[in-house]
Amino acid sequence: MKQYEFIAHTADAKFRAFGRDLEEAFSNAALATASLMWDWKKVEKGTRCEIKVEGKDLKQLLCSFLEEIIYLLDSEMFLLGSVDKVKIKKKGNHFTLEALFKGDKYSDKYKIFGEVKAITYNEMEIKEDRPVTLQVVVDV
Amino acid sequence: MELKKINEYTWEIPKQGEMRVPARIYTSSRLLENVKRDLTLRQAKNVACLRGIQRIAYVMPDAHQGYGFPIGGVAAFDMDAGVISPGGVGYDINCGVRLLKTDYSEKDIHEKRKELLAEIFREVPAGVGKGGITRLSRDVLKEVCIKGAEWAVENGYGSKEDLDRTEERGRMKEAEFSHLSHRAVERGIPQLGTLGAGNHFLEIQKVSHIYDQQVAQVFGIHAAGQILIMIHCGSRGLGHQVASDYIRLMENRFGFKGLPDRELIHAPIRSELGQEYYQSMSAAVNYAFSNRQMIAHWVRNVFEKIMGSSKGMDQIYDVCHNVAKFENHKIDGELKEVCIHRKGATRSFGPGREEIPSIYRSVGQPIIIPGSMGTASYILVGTSEAEELSFSSTAHGAGRVMSRHEALRRFRGEQIKRELESKGIELKSTSWKGVAEEASQAYKDIDEVVKVSHEVGIGKLVAKVTPVGVMKG
Repeated sequence: MKQYEFIAHTADAKFRAFGRDLEEAFSNAALATASLMWDWKKVEKGTRCEIKVEGKDLKQLLCSFLEEIIYLLDSEMFLLGSVDKVKIKKKGNHFTLEALFKGDKYSDKYKIFGEVKAITYNEMEIKEDRPVTLQVVVDV
Repeated sequence: MELKKINEYTWEIPKQGEMRVPARIYTSSRLLENVKRDLTLRQAKNVACLRGIQRIAYVMPDAHQGYGFPIGGVAAFDMDAGVISPGGVGYDINCGVRLLKTDYSEKDIHEKRKELLAEIFREVPAGVGKGGITRLSRDVLKEVCIKGAEWAVENGYGSKEDLDRTEERGRMKEAEFSHLSHRAVERGIPQLGTLGAGNHFLEIQKVSHIYDQQVAQVFGIHAAGQILIMIHCGSRGLGHQVASDYIRLMENRFGFKGLPDRELIHAPIRSELGQEYYQSMSAAVNYAFSNRQMIAHWVRNVFEKIMGSSKGMDQIYDVCHNVAKFENHKIDGELKEVCIHRKGATRSFGPGREEIPSIYRSVGQPIIIPGSMGTASYILVGTSEAEELSFSSTAHGAGRVMSRHEALRRFRGEQIKRELESKGIELKSTSWKGVAEEASQAYKDIDEVVKVSHEVGIGKLVAKVTPVGVMKG
């Protein structure tokens, strides 16, 4: 199964991420987001970041989760290399997500070729079929 | 969707369904074809449904699909009954343009243009992951957010005259630092004084044509061949985070059920959350003003070093392209304060407005409209008619027509650099991929965009400039 694919969008970047379950699709959406800025496959995985986010619904959860990647880049110069142990829980009308990001601090050995300004709700879709499909437009 | 042609450059979506006012699009038949292909018109219609909207929801000639509001959207809201929306400002708060003049001509710098560009590239931090000045403390960042460009001038970046020639004098007084999230602060600290990436750039330009000699003189533009400097950047991660934070806070407070688009989320202007957003947005606006103030200072330093002098490198003006403000406008014949959102639009105050610097008050404010990488940019002047036509607003740029994905498929950065060089334009970038994404073919025809502005009368042509050297973030 493909992890993610990009779709034409006039001004910004739009992708679909796939997974056998919601967790896997979220994890692939994170890799798709990172792929707009650096080659995540080439990032060493010596640094770990534990992620915890919340959302009023799955869309807000997805937004908050992907925003972590931009925040960690801007504030810590952290480059995501892999996403592990994604756990999504629903408590009443509220969602929580925990995950483990592995990657490396930015240094000259890495090339950053793009910028993601923000994760948006524009045309966002979450389809919980098989495979689970997430569609996201990010502001670049 | 019903779209009524009013005249050659004006179309209208009549008030229907939930719309509280009509929506009006200033465009040409040719530009309209692009606009129809994406969600621009539907988004304009959504804006027209918002509470307290005044007169008409406007769409500028360079419009394209945005989030919530279209890019190129202008809307004014009643201060009591109306709303303020982070999606009506956009993620890159106070993305804007600063223009400096020089007393150099194209001939003067011809031999040294490569050196100038290379040195600017060294002095001005750009690209993702590049830090700005030495790591700031939280207290210094607070001062930057409160004082804006004033902070920069007090700290040795540029002069007081620069402030006189900056929208809002480089400082929105309503800014409040304490509402910024920890994340916004964390993202803002390492990035002050950086150009960023994406469509942001810094150009050494030459005046290629003057349309209005008299107004050009007032702006300090004297002859074809004169060298100008254009700086296009915004509030970086700090501003992006403010937008994301307040979209979420407003969602959590007010819910998003019934909204056709989640980024249309808004708060009553007078509500606590509405005020907090406005004050946080103002802090981000100030951060961006300070950013451009610092970059302008570094560019002057480079000219001093390479050319021997930066004398005459006065600021022409600095304009915001993404902002919400409280302004007085005439509604139904009466002057009243409204909350105006300009998202991908430039203010275009005409002669007499007290908000514009006294040196320009007799002619109107300078409007700076950057083209896409390697193409022409334009300087226009605000008009009195714009008040009635668009709440004193006009276009802000070329506007994309092709996705970055498609641009990457079609163009190669190295090839674009060679093509530009063959036209005598030097290019420096942190990323080939970024260069390909910003290929001029991926943008609307800027010449057509400014023609519409001129013909409609919302911003009149003063001068055309073309690049000599381009630094892309």
